[in-house]
This record gives sequence, C-alpha cells and structure tokens, in this order.
Amino acid sequence: MNSNSLWSDAFYRLRRNKAAMFGGFILILLIVVAILAPWIAPYSYSYQDLNLGASPPSSEHFLGTDVLGRDLLSRILYGARISLLVGFVATAVALIIGVSWGIVAGYAGGRVDSIMMRIVDVLYGLPFIIFIILLMVIFGRNLWLLFGAIGAVEWLTMARIVRGQVIGLKNQEFVLAAKAMGVSNFSMFRRHLLPNILGPIAVYATLTIPQVMLLEGFLSFLGLGIQPPMSSWGTLIKDGVESMEEYSWLLIYPGITFTITLFALNFFGDGLRDALDPKTSDN
Amino acid sequence: MLAIFFKRILLAIPVLFAVATITFFLIKIAPGGPFDADRAVSPQVLKNLNEAYNLNASNWQQYVDYMSGLLRGDLGPSFRFPGRSVSEMIATGLPVTFELAFYAILIALVMGVFSGVLAALKRNTFLDFIPMSIAMIGICVPTFLMGPLLVLIFGINLEVLPVSGWGQLPGDKILPSLTLGFAYAAYIARLSRGGMLEVLNQDFIRTARAKGLTERMVVVKHAMQGGLIPVVSFLGPAIAGLLAGSFVVETIFQIPGLGRFYVEAAFNRDYTMILGTTIFFSAMIVFFNLMSDLASLWLNPRSRDAS
Repeated sequence: MNSNSLWSDAFYRLRRNKAAMFGGFILILLIVVAILAPWIAPYSYSYQDLNLGASPPSSEHFLGTDVLGRDLLSRILYGARISLLVGFVATAVALIIGVSWGIVAGYAGGRVDSIMMRIVDVLYGLPFIIFIILLMVIFGRNLWLLFGAIGAVEWLTMARIVRGQVIGLKNQEFVLAAKAMGVSNFSMFRRHLLPNILGPIAVYATLTIPQVMLLEGFLSFLGLGIQPPMSSWGTLIKDGVESMEEYSWLLIYPGITFTITLFALNFFGDGLRDALDPKTSDN
Repeated sequence: MLAIFFKRILLAIPVLFAVATITFFLIKIAPGGPFDADRAVSPQVLKNLNEAYNLNASNWQQYVDYMSGLLRGDLGPSFRFPGRSVSEMIATGLPVTFELAFYAILIALVMGVFSGVLAALKRNTFLDFIPMSIAMIGICVPTFLMGPLLVLIFGINLEVLPVSGWGQLPGDKILPSLTLGFAYAAYIARLSRGGMLEVLNQDFIRTARAKGLTERMVVVKHAMQGGLIPVVSFLGPAIAGLLAGSFVVETIFQIPGLGRFYVEAAFNRDYTMILGTTIFFSAMIVFFNLMSDLASLWLNPRSRDAS
C-alpha cells in the first residue's frame, strides 16, 4: 500500500486536498462538456431566433437568449471549446519553448547560460501585451497566431524554473554516469533530465493555463482576439457588457462560467504544487 | 549602488533601441498602406500624402529619419488625425492614465498591505481566511469582468456612482480606480502575507520582542521593512500589468487616456500612433522596472551594504 514513488505519493496527497479535487472535477467536467458540445448543446451556436430577441432564462432556453435570439447556454458550451483550446494550446507552445530554453541554458552553463538568461531578463522587462496587440493588428486576428503569440509570451517563467531545476540535477551522479557513458546531449535531455523535472513543469503548466485564458479573454474583450461568428468566453463577456443594462444575464452567466473555470484551474494548480512539493505548501 | 544604477541604465538603452527597431520594421511589413481608405483618393492626393508622411523614401531612409526624430522626442504625425502629432496625443492622454494608475496603485497598496499584514499576524484565524478568500476572488475575476460588474451594481442598480467619464461628474473616478486597483490589491495581499510570515519567524524579530518593544514597533519598524520587499519588487512588473489593465478600464469607462488611444489606434491602423506609443510604453516600463529593482535593493540591508 505504501509505494514510494514520487507520483503515487503526490497523488495520495492530492486526493486528500478537497479544494484541488473539486477543481480537478470541475475541469474534467468542462473538458468533457467542451468536447461533447455539438451533441449536448440544445441549439447550434449560430442558430438565431430573431422573433425571440433577448429573452430571460426560461424552460426552453435555460440561460436565456442574446439580442439575436441565440441560445446562451449553447454559446457558452461552444465557447468552452475555444477558451479551453486557447488555454491548452498556447500553454503547450509556452511549455515547448520554455522547457527547451531552460534545459539548454541550465545544462550548458557558463557563457551560454548567462547570455540566454540575460535575454530572458530583458524580455521580462518588456510590455508583451503590447506586442501581442501589435502582432494581431499587423497579421490579422487569426486563431493560430493568437496561440503562437500568447505562447511566445508566457514561456519566460517556465525557462527560469526549468533552468534552476537542471542546474540542481546536472552534477548528480546519475547524470555524470550517463555522461561518462557517452550519452548524447539530446538523449541526456530526454531520458535523464526531463523525467526528473516533470513535477515542477506540470505544476507551472497548470498555473499557466488560467493566465493564458485571461489573456485571451482580455484580447477578445478588446475585440482583438477571437472574431465572430466564433465565440470564446471573452467575446461572450464583451457582448454581455454591451447589453448589460437591459439584459444583465448575458453578462452574468458567461462571467460566472469564466470565473469558476479560473478558480478551478488555480485550486487544482495550487493543490498539485502542494502535492508534488510539500516543502513549499505552508503558505 | 550607483554603479548598479548606471549599469542597468546602460543595458536599458540598447534594449529600447532594439524595441524601436523591431517595432518599426514590423509595421513596415504590415499589409495595407495607411491610406487605403474606404473611398479612393486620387493619385495626386495619394502622392502628396505619401510625401507629407515621408513614405516615398526608402525604408532605410525612413528608419534613419524616424530614429533621429525619436532622439529629439519627435514621434511623427498621426496617420488618422491629421495635424496632430503622436507626441501631442501622448501628452494629452498620459496625465489621465497616470492619475488612474496612481489611484489604482494607492488603493491596491493600502488594501493589500493592510489585509496581508493583518492576515500574517492573525494567521489561521478569520482575519486570515476572509481577506485571503477575497484576494483569491480578486485574482480570478478579471478586470474586464470586475469593471462591468461594479458598473452593474453601483452604477445601474444602486445608482450611486457615475458609470463613465473622468473628472466630469463627482465620483466618476471611483469605479475605474477600484476596478483597476482591486486585482493588484489581491496580489499585494498575498505577497505581503507571505513575506511577513517569513520575516516574523526570524531571530531579529524575536530579539526585538525580547528587548520589550511594543508589538506595533516590532511589526511596523522591524518586520514590515523586510516583509514587504516582495511587494516592492512586484510593483515594477505590476506597472506593465496596470498598463494592460488601463486598456480595459479606459475602454469600459470611456476615459480619454493613453490606453484607450492605443486600443483605438490598433483598430484604426494608425501605424505611427501604434509605433510611437509602443516605444513610449516600453521606455516607461523599463524605467519603472529599474526603479522597483533599485528600491528593493535599497530596502534589503544585505545588498545595500554589499554595494
């Protein structure tokens, strides 16, 4: 029963953390709902019932309809697909850049390390949000560009974390032994270093997803992110704000959904951190 | 201390230069000219326009001209608002944005430090849990949702505060400043709680208590100086976030500040305005990061004595 592996210990601790388990449950629910949206949504996200216009929640439309008579529940369900997709894909982009950068810098050490980390320091100090806006303006508001641009901004902290971890690992015996056996740099990264830093990477990735979703929401809110007829939660909130004086439910329901998701992600991420690294868990 | 200061300034100059260069050429490769208007202009007019805005020269020549203008503080004319220069527009919007950011930071610091320090002192009591739960809400509810919700509650339902504008009606500065400040109050509360918890366990605090200082002296004079270093280091990067926040808040509340000008410029493809404000924002953020680094160096006695 008492297995000693890091992951099973962590899983045991995670399971006892109620807030984290609740966050995880909400997340799984959201992911399932997002995938199944076309089948479980009561209406199509673009189906308009212009006779209806904006109607408050009723038995036919659980969360009401928007000014064009589109079912709000369906639009939130479809919006979940885009919002979560942006969250996961952009985080993956950030992960790939950040982990590679951090491993190379930490493992190479010396001059390469100090130049690479100096670049990270400099980039940290720049107003990246402005560059994302700039890119969206110049190259058009394209979903893939959005993934890339957000990912390209969020990798910096990941690079720092990974570098720190690698520096801690690289003088340990198993790494030295592998080096003595003539393992190539690439398999050193893949077989020996990467598996040992998966914990911090998983934690930071979970905490990056809400950041990315916030950024997407922010851009969509300004009208620079997801473009109609596609909708993310950010665009739904934007639409809701425009008509909130008369039809407050159009702001409130997408807002609640978005906030609950961010809560769930933050709780789950915090719980994962506590589970994988009990030392830092007391505050 | 002085040496670090100059070293950092020397590093900032090439960074800003690179930012200006990259932005300039990014905008050059943007598709569509600035005068691809809805109605066609005659070739003669277009030629004159291009001449007036120095678009006939080679890219390289334009770059050199722009950079030398930049050194003199001249950011060129606005593409969309004829007769107004970008520098002029920045000068109009900046005081408004600064005022908004100032109130927001003030609210954030007062609320954040007070509740964070209190939470650390009363650890694991209600005075810890309640402010920290509110802080979690502040972190999870984005500005672009918080603003409209505050408007909905205080502006539309309770009708106690104006819903838009800046300096036109009494109290119209309250909601925008609160909206922008709240998220930072939350971060600052968490940071100051963490920092204080760390410091309160240290020996010099025990010494201070042992020599009979009042609790107030211990906290205010000894613990807070070290415990709030994380807050000071956070303030520099927070300025960048405040800027992004000002885009949203100024849009929601229709405040004529720099943030709204920037968003409008992005929509209108006012390229010179985008270029100028991007460079200006970058310079400002590099400057504030520098200030906050120096302040935290100065607050930390170890690094202060070392240099």
